[in-house]
Amino acid sequence: MELVYTPQQEAFRKEVRAWLEANVPAEPLSSFDTADGFEAHRGWEKKLHAGGWAMVPWPVEYGGRGADLLEWLIFEEEYYRAGAPGRVNQNGIFLLGPTIMEVGTPGQKARYLPKMASSEEVWAQGWSEPNAGSDMANIQATAFRDGDHYVLNGQKTWASRGAYAHWLFGMFRSDPDSSRHHGLTFLLAPLDAPGITVRPIQKLNGKAAFAEIFFDDARVPVENRLGEEGEGWKVAMATAGFERGLMLRSPARFQSTAHKLVALYRETAAREPALDPGLRERVATCWVEAEAYALNTYQTVSRLLAGGRIGAEASLNKIFWSELDVAMHEIALELLGPRGELLASAPALGAGGVGGAGDWLDGYLFALSGPIYAGTNEIQRNIIAERILGLPRK
Amino acid sequence: MEFLFSEDQRMLQKTVRDFLEGECPVEAVRARWETESGRSLEFWKKLAEIGVPGLLVPEAHGGLGMDELDLVLVLEECGRAALPEPVIATAAVAVPLLCELGDTELQEAWLPRIAAGDAIVAVGAGSSISPFVADAHVADLLLLPDGGAIHAVDPAAVSLTAQPANDPSQKLFTVDWTPGPGTRVGTADDAASIDRGALACAAQQLGVGDRLIEMSVAYATQRKQFGVPIGSFQAVKHQLANCAVKVEYARSLVYRAAHSVARATRCRSVDVSMAKAQASQAAVFAAKTALQVHGAIGYTWEQDLHVWMRRAWSLERAWGSSTWHRRRIADAVIDGALPAESFGYSAPGAPRAAPA
Repeated sequence: MELVYTPQQEAFRKEVRAWLEANVPAEPLSSFDTADGFEAHRGWEKKLHAGGWAMVPWPVEYGGRGADLLEWLIFEEEYYRAGAPGRVNQNGIFLLGPTIMEVGTPGQKARYLPKMASSEEVWAQGWSEPNAGSDMANIQATAFRDGDHYVLNGQKTWASRGAYAHWLFGMFRSDPDSSRHHGLTFLLAPLDAPGITVRPIQKLNGKAAFAEIFFDDARVPVENRLGEEGEGWKVAMATAGFERGLMLRSPARFQSTAHKLVALYRETAAREPALDPGLRERVATCWVEAEAYALNTYQTVSRLLAGGRIGAEASLNKIFWSELDVAMHEIALELLGPRGELLASAPALGAGGVGGAGDWLDGYLFALSGPIYAGTNEIQRNIIAERILGLPRK
Repeated sequence: MEFLFSEDQRMLQKTVRDFLEGECPVEAVRARWETESGRSLEFWKKLAEIGVPGLLVPEAHGGLGMDELDLVLVLEECGRAALPEPVIATAAVAVPLLCELGDTELQEAWLPRIAAGDAIVAVGAGSSISPFVADAHVADLLLLPDGGAIHAVDPAAVSLTAQPANDPSQKLFTVDWTPGPGTRVGTADDAASIDRGALACAAQQLGVGDRLIEMSVAYATQRKQFGVPIGSFQAVKHQLANCAVKVEYARSLVYRAAHSVARATRCRSVDVSMAKAQASQAAVFAAKTALQVHGAIGYTWEQDLHVWMRRAWSLERAWGSSTWHRRRIADAVIDGALPAESFGYSAPGAPRAAPA
């Protein structure tokens, strides 16, 4: 065990920090779940890509930097330190990208990955259907083969980024006689294809963060299939693993929130001597848990670099970070008291808000989705109980 | 940067696990409860044969010359076996304390005997932590703090009062003694001993937590109600999944704390407090859950569950309660009373984060 960065890793960090300091927009961009914000975030991604920082662990030929996972962690630490914009194409770069890398043909890799890295093409995810949420194997949308095309019918819903994205990935039932996780095929569909209708859905904060998507005899060429026909479930499991696990939730995100929470506590305690003393310990515990998450990730990355793999333990991760994120925002709103109710635009908060009040509220609404998406925490607990602990399914 | 144990470290852990499974089954722990001292010197000698008490003793004094990164996995196994013997005070605290005191005569007198399994050393944690000294009744030497100084005290020169504890494996005493120039052997940083003791408790809690979960899984798989194993109910599954999450995330903190103690890093004390508080919380949570999963049978003296429940509780109290450690963390993180740094990440304006 050696918990010290190598000189090369230190040099890498310095390089990342310098680039971000010179390039991160001074003013925060508006939400990528608005039309303007979406384009502004694509602009930022283009800049990141031109600098070679869009997806550091990807091979250079696909627009990455060929960095290892430890360097990726360092990059993320610096990214959050710099307060850089959220990643509008996270469905692509963190979920679909790694899946294509694993199961895609050389042609698919060359076709999709570079445009994903540059965010020329932004991806929406099409997991859920009205009757396939936690019960994802109950997929009813169909993709029947017609010559060298699949003909898509049915509906997907809660498609994150669906309102503005260009492409969608998802599972479709290709075998009419199949049930459950058999007979599913993983397909990539351009959202502007004839027969595809996108209807944005406003999320809890009123912004069009996701969409329902209707397929009405939409035709998708066979080469848009990821993996074999009927093997969609296997492909999707790899993608879901990325979502619950490592790539999407870098520890720096929660460490930076914990640091902001400590700062908010200090500021509040200085102003309000009668502050509930119990809050002090709760704040400190959040800091501890953010550290625990970071250390656990470093442990996982070390194991992966030594040839290990991530399995069901991704479910432990998902529960831990999502509940920590909610807890931190709840405490922040308690510290803010009556101001915790105000939107960032409220005049009483002034420029930038008091202790980032509006941002904490926005963050809270966002954090509340964590225990639901990427497989609800109840589903994760089933996975832990059955696949890690070995409790009986029935 | 590599957050992994070596193959040798994992092998040592395996050796200790196999040894304890064979030599310290739960029947042996219960048998120990029935004896007057609650300790077995014969067993201690066997532990010494596989190197446990002398793990941190320098090779020149007959030990293995290893550090806390080796010891942490061994202690995890001691927790898994609910081992009652005083490994924490003797192996994890007394040995480095004797090394640190720099009194060569004292070292020559005690370190080889500790490594050989011929001496048990009890250590006082100091009155801010606990008024009790564990295992003073079987100790060949007492190391007691007094006003910044450490005293090496002959057990024959003190008067002990036993303080029966809820965990029969825990033997606590108040020690009536008088410090004098003849007993004073030097000064040492009290925090260093507290940190070593707390790290050792935290490591044991991981083993205790794992064992509590395993026992509950085994019981919930075998016990049927409504015609099915109770472990097939989500109400049971989810509670045990919560235990797994807590123990797993405490584990990384404990391993990092072992690294911080072994390398005497700047943030050692806070790293240890984080490990102790979270590992104790995880083990105590697992104990409560395990009891609920077992139901009435778990509430009996006869069922073995309480052997580990009581370990979780007593380790939570030892070497600084969770409350004590959480206060130390808050003082550090919020007021800057002690150095505390994030791993990897550093906030804007803060100096470069340096985990080591």
